[in-house]
Formats: sequence, structure tokens, C-alpha cells
Amino acid sequence: MQALYAQLLVGLINGSFYALLSLGLAVIFGMLNIINFAHGALYMMGAFCAYFLLHLTGIGYWWALIIAPIVVGIFGMILERTMLQWLAGLDHLYGLLLTFGIALIVQGVFQNYFGSSGLPYAIPDYPEVGGFRGLQGGMNLGFMFLPIYRGWVVVFSLVVCLATWFLIEKTRLGANLRAATENPTLVRAFGINVPRMITLTYGLGVGLAALAGVLSAPINQVRPLMGADLIIVVFAVVVIGGMGSIMGSIITGFALGVIEGLTKYFYPEASNTVVFVLMVLVLLLKPTGLTGRAA
Amino acid sequence: MKHRISALFLGTALALAAGSAVAQDKTVKIGVLTDNSGLYSDLGGAGSTVAAQMAVEDSGLAAKGWKIDIVSADHQNKPDIGTTVARQWIDVDKVDIFVDVLNSGVALAVNNLVKEKNAIMINTGAATSDLTNTQCSPNTIHWVYDTYMLANSTGQALVKAGGDTWYFLTADYAFGHALERDTSAVVVKSGGKVIGTVRHPLNSSDFSSFLLQAQASKAKIIGMANAGGDTTNTIKQAAEFGIVSGGQKLAGLLLFINDVHSLGLKVAQGLNFTETFYWDLNDGTRAFSKRFSERMKNKAMPSMVQAGVYSGLIHYFKTIDAMGGNPHDGVKVVAKMKETPTDDPLFGKGTIRPDGRKLHPAYLFEVKKPSESKGPWDYYKLIGTTPGEQAFRPLSESACPLVKK
Repeated sequence: MQALYAQLLVGLINGSFYALLSLGLAVIFGMLNIINFAHGALYMMGAFCAYFLLHLTGIGYWWALIIAPIVVGIFGMILERTMLQWLAGLDHLYGLLLTFGIALIVQGVFQNYFGSSGLPYAIPDYPEVGGFRGLQGGMNLGFMFLPIYRGWVVVFSLVVCLATWFLIEKTRLGANLRAATENPTLVRAFGINVPRMITLTYGLGVGLAALAGVLSAPINQVRPLMGADLIIVVFAVVVIGGMGSIMGSIITGFALGVIEGLTKYFYPEASNTVVFVLMVLVLLLKPTGLTGRAA
Repeated sequence: MKHRISALFLGTALALAAGSAVAQDKTVKIGVLTDNSGLYSDLGGAGSTVAAQMAVEDSGLAAKGWKIDIVSADHQNKPDIGTTVARQWIDVDKVDIFVDVLNSGVALAVNNLVKEKNAIMINTGAATSDLTNTQCSPNTIHWVYDTYMLANSTGQALVKAGGDTWYFLTADYAFGHALERDTSAVVVKSGGKVIGTVRHPLNSSDFSSFLLQAQASKAKIIGMANAGGDTTNTIKQAAEFGIVSGGQKLAGLLLFINDVHSLGLKVAQGLNFTETFYWDLNDGTRAFSKRFSERMKNKAMPSMVQAGVYSGLIHYFKTIDAMGGNPHDGVKVVAKMKETPTDDPLFGKGTIRPDGRKLHPAYLFEVKKPSESKGPWDYYKLIGTTPGEQAFRPLSESACPLVKK
């Protein structure tokens, strides 16, 4: 029973990565109508960015949490300005193919220069507070040993997810944005610069991916293919949650992390496929996803 | 006049016929079949092709009139893709010899094809000991290491040091299964016990669930029957969950220098494992490795897989040179390679057994502490050497049909 609790908690931790990534995807799809296949590559770039900041300039984890999403976000906005904006109004398929191509190129370049085994990135060991050094070490919860860093990941991503949801659903900026995607011509008539809003939204989604990358760097090796391994699962999360639904993708992200963790406990061989089995079931029963509305 | 002309023609024809009987076919095509893009690409990949090129240059065969070509392909760790490429290479491109062929699943599939088509495989990358046991073939030589040897060396050493209860974290395919099976046998034979196993899909990124299960088992040793990125992530996350500080020991059954490099000494220090090649063993290995790393984009030192490609090809070139040409009959060339003792600067003196097993010493290493390392790639401390005859599965235990009992 103890082991089961431990698996639930570990599932929640993995779920926070799924939630952060699928949230970014949902924001981009909901606002831009682009199926952003480059999301995994941008997540990887976030992790690499943290690595470069530390090893080239000595800037540590805490600053990387802010700088990496901005840097990668700017890269995303350049992509949007130079390529994606020309696809506005076209079929989803074009965006998907273009971003998939971008992902392959970015991953190929990184792999060419950094190989496949990855680069080391340590858990931050500062500041020192009350006997703990940064986020290193762990706590014995009785039923499991919880690394402090993992606990931090859950709390931090929950906060980021809820803040994003609040920004889009509850603020004036979010309302403008949602209106701009519904009826760009009308919103433009109110004097709002719609193309700039779209670019900023893409930057925000990409920044979320990069943030997840920074969070994951101390846990996983910083590898060029780290995003490629994850992106398909994250897409399944978005599809199950309902394409474009912000809350749907947050909840589904955490839930699927837990379900996957339980599978790893009861039947580990199926842990890579359980998400897709669920996706098939959901699509059969409710083709719009759990929280999606019919188009 | 007429007679003289026909005599001339006859003479010319005879001379031509005699000439063609003497002239030997001196062309060879080498296929580097490897993982160029996935989780094992640093162990083999582009480095294996570099090693093959160096072997071609160092062989000096070009000066003797040989024409040697190298082709390379990515099997993406999928046996079906591996066999499709291999079939195309043999049937269309006339490839004579396969090298590297890492990933046990791919290697076993290509092994059958190579035998059917009478080509040659010098396998330097795959671990499964079945290649020289139940699946042995007169066309295949298994060069660098295998699961039996890894289990024998690392497994025995750890049980002797008091690690008598084991829990396995196993990659769920041919290689993981073979390594787990061979290590379990050694553990049990040495008086230890296996308390459990968890099998994870190849190329997993999160190992925390599996590690928690291993932790809960209270086994003294957690044996990692996986490789490449799977192993590095396991080690990194085990450190995070306090597994080693909690008193359990991690056993890296198959660890490469690239893995240690990518983990960093801070995380990898103290790990014990077995390899048959390390760049800093002696003058010969150092000289080769320095030349090798200068050609690599990231200045990496060679892994044992890549060193094996060089060593295997050097022996192959010596053999076909001694045969004088016509190297296209796989069984004949391999038989000749088995007759000839091997000797190269990387693996030292050795032999190839009738079952296709190349014998050379196995080294038990420990990863240095960060304070002990003098610079980049200075990672290993040698703590034991097993002679080739004792490191690998003895012929008396072999189930290989090529071995006469």
C-alpha cells in the first residue's frame, strides 16, 4: 500500500511536466489554431538554454527559470513572424507539417553538435536554508523518500498552470485575446493590434515549453531527443483533454501522469502505451475530448 | 602468313586467359550498420564510421591495389529496418562485411541474414551472448564484449564484495533479457539471490517509479540491465531518490565511457563496471584514441564499440591480404580469421574461438572521484583484470552447434 502512495506521488510529479507542456500546446492551438509539433524541440531548447547559461556564463538555475523561457520565447516569436503567420487561415495540416519540420531540423542540429547521451545539469545547491542546500536532498515521508526537487516541480508547475489559466480566462488581456481569435476583424476595429497579440501568444506558449525544459534539466539528462520522446504523449494528453481547452489540458496532464505511474507499478511493460489506449477510448466515446466543445 | 596471325591470336588469347586466372578480385565493401540518431548513437554511430575509415587508412591495403569502400546506415534500433538495409546492402550494393551492428535485437536479425547470404559480420556493438551461443554462425565474429562476460566479471565481483541480494531494472528487449538472465545465473551461482525484476520499455525518460520499486525491495544491489540513455537517466535519478546514500548499491552492468562523460563524475563516481577497452590503458590505446578524438566533432574519446570496429577490421584486412584477394566467400574468410591469432594496439594479443567469440582481457573499472580526475575523459581506475579465457563463457558450456564436443 505504501508503494502505491509513492507511485501516486511520482505520477503527479510526471504529470506536472505533461500539464505544463500540454498547457502551452493548448494555448497555441486555442488562440492560433496551430498544432505546434515543434513544442518538444522548444522544450529541449529550454533545457539546453539552462545548460549554456550555467556552463558558459555561470548563471544558475534560478535565473535560468526566467531567462530561458524569454530567450526561447523570442526564438518562438521569430518563428511565428517569419513562417507561421503565413499559414493563418489555412488548414491545420500545414501548421502541423511546418512545425514538425522545424522540430526535426532543430533536433538534428543539436544532435549533430552534442551527441545523443546528453549533458549533465545538477540540482541547484543554493541558497542554503535551514540545513537544506538549495533543492538538493530529500525528505522521508514514511511511505517514500521524496526528493525536494521533485516536490518543488509539482508546486511550481501548479502555480504556473493556474496563473496561465487565470491570465487567459479571467483578465482583460485574455478576453481581448479570446475575442481576437473569434473575430479578428472586429477586434482590430477596436484599435487592438491583433497580429502582435498572436505573436505574443505564441511566445507565451513556447516560453511555457522552455520553462518545462528548465525544470526537467536537473532530473533528466539534457539530451537533443528529450522532447521528441515526450511530445507524442503530450499530444495524447491534449487530445484527451480536448483540443484547445486550457483547464482540460492541465487536469488531464496531472491525471495521466498518475495513471501512467500506476501502470508502471502494476504492469511496467505497458507504461509507454497506456496513454494511447486511453486516447483511443476517449476518442471513441467522446470525440471532442473530455472537456472539449463540439466545433 | 595466315598461320602466323592465328598463332598470334591464340597466343594473345592464352595470355589473357592466364592473366585473368592470376588476377585477383581486390575489392571490398564495408557496411557500418549502427544507430546514427537514437539513444546509442554516441557509443557507435558516426564514431564507428570514423574508426572504420581509420582502419582502412592504417591497413595500407590501398597501396597494394585494394579498393575499399565504406557505407553507413542508421537502423534506428529497429530489427526490421536493420534487416531491410542489410538485405539491400548485400543484394544490390554488394557489401561484404558488416561492422558495429549494435542493439541486440537488430544484431540477432542481421545475424540470420548474413549467414543466409554468406556475408560477414564482425559484431562490436551488440551485447547478447546468444550470438556465439545458440545463435552462433560460421559468418559471425563477436568482437568486444557480451552479456555473459559482463555478468561474470561485474556480477561475481559485487557478490564477492557482499552484495548478495539483487533487484534488476531491465530494458524490455533481447539485450536486457539476456543481460538479466546471464547476471542472475552468476549471482545465484556465487551464492546470492535475485529478489525481483522490473522491465521497463526501451528509451524511457522517467525511472522514478521503477527505482521506488527497487528501493522498496531492500535488495543490496540494484542491477541495471539497460544501456545508453536509459542507464544514465537511471543513475541520475537514483542519486536523486537517495538510493546510494540509503545503503543500496547500483551496479552498472553495461556502461560506456560516453555515459560516464555525459553524467559527470559528481554523479557517476564510485560505480563499478566492466569494459574491454579504455583509452588510457597503455601507449597503444592512447595514441589511437588521440587520433580518433581529433576527428570527432565533439572531441570524444572512443567507446569500446568504436575501438572494436577498428580492431576487428584491422584483423579482417590482415586476413584478406594474406589470402591475396577474392574476399567474397564469408565462411572462408571467417574461418581464416579464426585460424590467425589477433594482435592490435587496442585489445592486445587475442584469439577467435570456433564459436566466433573473440577473446581478450576484461577490465573491472571504478569511476574516479571528481578530485582524482586530472582532466576531461580521465574517468576510470582499473581495479581488476580477467584474462580472456576466464572472462567469457567457456566452450564446455557452449550450446553453439559449431563447437565439436
